[in-house]
Amino acid sequence: MTRLTAGVGAVGAGFAVVPFVSSMLPSARALAAGSPTTVDFSKLESGQMITVGWRGKPIWIVYRTKEMLDRLWKIHDFLLDPESSRTSQQPDYAKNEYRSRGKRYSVLVGICTHLGCVPLSKFTPGVNSGVQSDWPGGYYCPCHGSKYDLAGRVFKNVPAPSNLLVPPHYFVNETTVIIGLNSKEEVAG
Amino acid sequence: MSGLLDWFDARFPLRKVAHEHALSYYSPKNFNAWYYFGSLAILVLFMQIVTGIFLTMHYKPDSQLAFASVEYIMRDVPWGWLIRYLHSTGASLMFVIIYLHMFRSLMYGSFHRPRELLWIIGSIIFVALMAEAFMGYLLPWGNMSYWGAQVIISLFTAIPYVGDALAQWIRGDFVIGDATLNRFFAFHVVLVPMLLLLLVFLHMVALHKVGSNNPEGIEIKLHRDENGIPLDGIPFHPYYTVKDLVGVVLFTFVYLGIVFFVPDMGGWFLEPDNFQVANTFHTPPDIKPLWYFTPFYSILRAVTYPLFGVAAKFWGVLSMGMSIGMIFLLPWLDRSPVRSILYKSPIFTWALGIFVVTFIMLGYLGGKNPSHTDLLFFTNVVWSQIGYFLYFGFFLLMPVYSKLGIVKTVGTRVQSK
Repeated sequence: MTRLTAGVGAVGAGFAVVPFVSSMLPSARALAAGSPTTVDFSKLESGQMITVGWRGKPIWIVYRTKEMLDRLWKIHDFLLDPESSRTSQQPDYAKNEYRSRGKRYSVLVGICTHLGCVPLSKFTPGVNSGVQSDWPGGYYCPCHGSKYDLAGRVFKNVPAPSNLLVPPHYFVNETTVIIGLNSKEEVAG
Repeated sequence: MSGLLDWFDARFPLRKVAHEHALSYYSPKNFNAWYYFGSLAILVLFMQIVTGIFLTMHYKPDSQLAFASVEYIMRDVPWGWLIRYLHSTGASLMFVIIYLHMFRSLMYGSFHRPRELLWIIGSIIFVALMAEAFMGYLLPWGNMSYWGAQVIISLFTAIPYVGDALAQWIRGDFVIGDATLNRFFAFHVVLVPMLLLLLVFLHMVALHKVGSNNPEGIEIKLHRDENGIPLDGIPFHPYYTVKDLVGVVLFTFVYLGIVFFVPDMGGWFLEPDNFQVANTFHTPPDIKPLWYFTPFYSILRAVTYPLFGVAAKFWGVLSMGMSIGMIFLLPWLDRSPVRSILYKSPIFTWALGIFVVTFIMLGYLGGKNPSHTDLLFFTNVVWSQIGYFLYFGFFLLMPVYSKLGIVKTVGTRVQSK
């Protein structure tokens, strides 16, 4: 009887903890701030990138030149996951060589998959990049030395375990992108 | 006077407690300078609580206001700079004291039976202090505060399956934000200090149950005079209260010297990157924790190879956790028949010496870029990998090497006068 009482009491105490633990989850306001954002990138020039905020994270929109795109093909052997086989890191429409809708524009969450630093953009290939002599152009994380190519694919033998995240996005027209939704039909949730 | 004490004694065990824990509490007569650090830790804990209360009167735990409120404390609040520098310097000195306090126990085998629980409570205090310092460091909302917290909370994402949800729950948002700052403030000023006070109380209760060890590792309770008083013991008060006051005076010179003349300690106690407000889009060039976390941070970064199909990040996090966990296991790893380094074989002395050098090296490397070469021949990450094996070797090989070599015979009485 004592054990039963203690058991019931313990279950009750367990339930009492729920509101306190749940209160630490992202609040309704934090969730609302995570709603989609519309970006006009008409001023973005070839070979350049802009950074915008979505859910408090930096989102990169990169206008890749033809030379940049050509280099993506030549470095498969150095990449951990060149085929973007890990499905959690991009929506299906970005599971391709360029990790993007179309070829030109790359949309990435600019947060290193290792420990959440913001990698630096090192678009200049070769020695002048300051990364390594055979650098193909990409992103370099200063915290722990993780490296990504211009499609956000992670290199082998760096601490980061996976490619940079491609956020849900779709292009409304030539120069406007919505970040946080996969298509016009999807409802923000 | 005695009438008043009698009145109290009838209602509260005043004289009894005073006798049991000070006037008739017998400590070994041979304490040396290494025994200052326990009382100094209590002094700094007291200073942190007092200065913390006064900082709370002006600080704003709001991501829009926090950084400016710290500037306000520094510039506009009368004596605010002093209170804040006492608090920031106190945090670093607390770790200096605790590391020396722990090293004392390593040297003299203070964790040996029957003091295992005392050691474990102390180890929990160490972990609680790390949590306290980590959360306190976010509060100024500088750029290093922000990114340091970002990196450490991201460690939880290394846990398979539940990692991402867990990190979101800790942050209360998708990134470190206002919600995170608010809850860290609550933990830093209420939860962890209360836990620390409770743990320190338990640490003292356990200490007074088993009594202090001493540099020779001799159990003084085994040899008593006809009144039951240990022959090698002296009453804590007045002997050690007065001795500890000498330590307090010496420590205060160092403490206030730093507060008045080098409060940032050349970037070691207050980092230059933290004089900029948190910028969610811009990582400082080298994210590094404050110096007291760098040995463990080095161990985290030393793991760069994935194993068994699980990412290196997970093994790094696990290694860092284990490196702290090792400390808890010490009473069961040391199999030497004697406690003190004065009686142990030279093998232990060498092992401890190598460990100290390793710990300092890991600490140095933790503040440096892993791909640079700041020591001889190899890059920093290679040195930290060497340090990784030496660190774990010291603990995990201890059951073997602590039994090797010839130990000196321990007498029954304390040798020193």
